[in-house]
Amino acid sequence: MKYDIVIIGGGPAGLAAGKAAKQAGADSILILERDHELGGILNQCIHNGFGLHTFKEELTGPEYAERFIDKVCELGIEYKLNTMVMHIEKNKRVVAMNSSDGMFSIEAKSIILAMGCRERPRGSLNIAGYRPAGIFSAGTAQRLVNIEGFMTGREVVILGSGDIGLIMARRMTLEGAKVKAVAELMPYSGGLKRNIVQCLDDYGIPLKLSHTVVDIRGKERVTGVTIAEVDENFKPIAGTEEDFDCDTLLLSVGLIPENELSKEIGIEMNPVTNGPLVNDRLETSCEGVFACGNVLHVHDLVDYVSEEAALAGKNAARYVKKGSGAKAEQNITIEGKNGVRYTVPSTVNPELMEDFVTVRFRVGGVYKDRYISVKLDGEEIIRRKRPVMAPSEMEDIKLHKAKLCEKPEAKSITISIEEG
Amino acid sequence: MKKRTLTCISCPLGCQVTAEINKGEIVSVTGNTCKRGDVYARKELTNPTRIVTSTVEVIGGESSRLPVKTRTDIPKSMIFDCILALKGLKVKAPLKVGDVVLENVCGTGVDIIATKTIKTF
Ligand SMILES: Cc1cc2nc3c(=O)[nH]c(=O)nc-3n(C[C@H](O)[C@H](O)[C@H](O)COP(=O)(O)OP(=O)(O)OC[C@H]3O[C@@H](n4cnc5c(N)ncnc54)[C@H](O)[C@@H]3O)c2cc1C
Ligand code: SF4
Repeated sequence: MKYDIVIIGGGPAGLAAGKAAKQAGADSILILERDHELGGILNQCIHNGFGLHTFKEELTGPEYAERFIDKVCELGIEYKLNTMVMHIEKNKRVVAMNSSDGMFSIEAKSIILAMGCRERPRGSLNIAGYRPAGIFSAGTAQRLVNIEGFMTGREVVILGSGDIGLIMARRMTLEGAKVKAVAELMPYSGGLKRNIVQCLDDYGIPLKLSHTVVDIRGKERVTGVTIAEVDENFKPIAGTEEDFDCDTLLLSVGLIPENELSKEIGIEMNPVTNGPLVNDRLETSCEGVFACGNVLHVHDLVDYVSEEAALAGKNAARYVKKGSGAKAEQNITIEGKNGVRYTVPSTVNPELMEDFVTVRFRVGGVYKDRYISVKLDGEEIIRRKRPVMAPSEMEDIKLHKAKLCEKPEAKSITISIEEG
Repeated sequence: MKKRTLTCISCPLGCQVTAEINKGEIVSVTGNTCKRGDVYARKELTNPTRIVTSTVEVIGGESSRLPVKTRTDIPKSMIFDCILALKGLKVKAPLKVGDVVLENVCGTGVDIIATKTIKTF
């Protein structure tokens, strides 16, 4: 089998990449999806709040997905469901497996990585005690409740205030469960403000910041948990313990990009995002292999996933037609400093770049009334005031080609947070 | 005079907005950084509404649950009644996005509609 572009993952990123690649003139495109349907994580996100930027209306996850799926079908883009990609190779051979074709391989000219992310496993949590039944990751609970129609419990405590946990607090409350508390280790929430208000405040569910679960009770099934406050070093403070009876503990402690495949071909990774390092065309260190969506860095808004993925699709189409054309020495590095934890992309090529490039990043704490400062070889070229920045909300800033071309010898860009 | 404090969600700033209420009338709104906070607080305190989403059982479909939503927002106080009205509801595949699953839920004048296309098995 031969295709110009093989897209791994049929979530919003893969769909938008496929659509854009086709519209940019690529013909032979194949999307590979391991699930039995397209749409990715959106299929289990039945709540509304998707697509405000893209469609100017608030859609639910499945509705947002369906608009892109319809487009992909209309454009005649090929896809295979129930198909798991097992390996990729440096020469861009993709090895996949499904029950009708067995193991098969595809020669691709370009690959787009769009595998999304998975939840942090609970093994990475240091909670003492047994591992009784009744402990679920929030995403698993979401799938069970929303897709299988199976309620995971009646009395619930949630550890972690990531968006999935918040959404599930509301969902389980509506389904008749009593959600007793959400404990968050950090002094700020990991989820969007809107979700705190509409999923917790609306239902009187307490959010306990700087708190963690220190004990889980029950042998066969969870019977209760103990929550305690933590100090600035995240150590539980003696005497602050509070017991909650519950049959379910949901863990919403973060997502990590799913990059086993990317690592196989030695793609250079960003240790902060756990996603590939990419240039402004969203191309990884492996030429012709692009990445977008949650596999690149975890997004909270699907609109940005679609936007980013469209860029990857367009650039993959261009790569197939014209090859790379990039010279490494033209690259300017982009680095986050002083509160900016990472940037995507991490290099930009002023020669090849479009009129502007959107740089997305996250900050490491909550900042009020600060400035985002962009410096080109030490000289400030952009300064923007931000009334508030928080780790849970992705930031972005646009770099304009014209500005970068003014200084053809420049080697580095830094993005930092500054006062006054 | 009663005071109510809420978090404005109209932008990521999330101002703590305080409204003073006298005999059910909002006499002042403070703490908001911009006009939207005022509008948000008044709406939230006098006529709070939400879009409600849930799932219902599907018969003969390629999946067993259909995600649904209220077509537009309904009064916040009606959320639980609305969810209750969906309990035990069964719909037959095939279904398309936008198909009405239940008309005029709990007399709100708002229909419950399908948010996913489900083919027959
Ligand atoms: C609970 C939750 C709530 C959210 N709420 C909102 C919200 O209210 N508003 C909003 O705008 N955004 C929201 N988001 C964010 C948004 O949904 C995600 O950022 C977006 O879905 C990511 O898209 P993706 O395509 O990168 O990943 P995914 O949707 O995860 O898609 C990746 C796909 O790749 C497939 N795949 C992975 N590995 C392989 C392989 N080896 N072979 C074949 N296929 C593979 C997977 O099966 C999956 O279908 C939410 C996310 C979550 C999890
Ligand atoms: S009041 Fe204005 S600035 Fe403050 S959160 Fe609301 S919209 Fe944002």
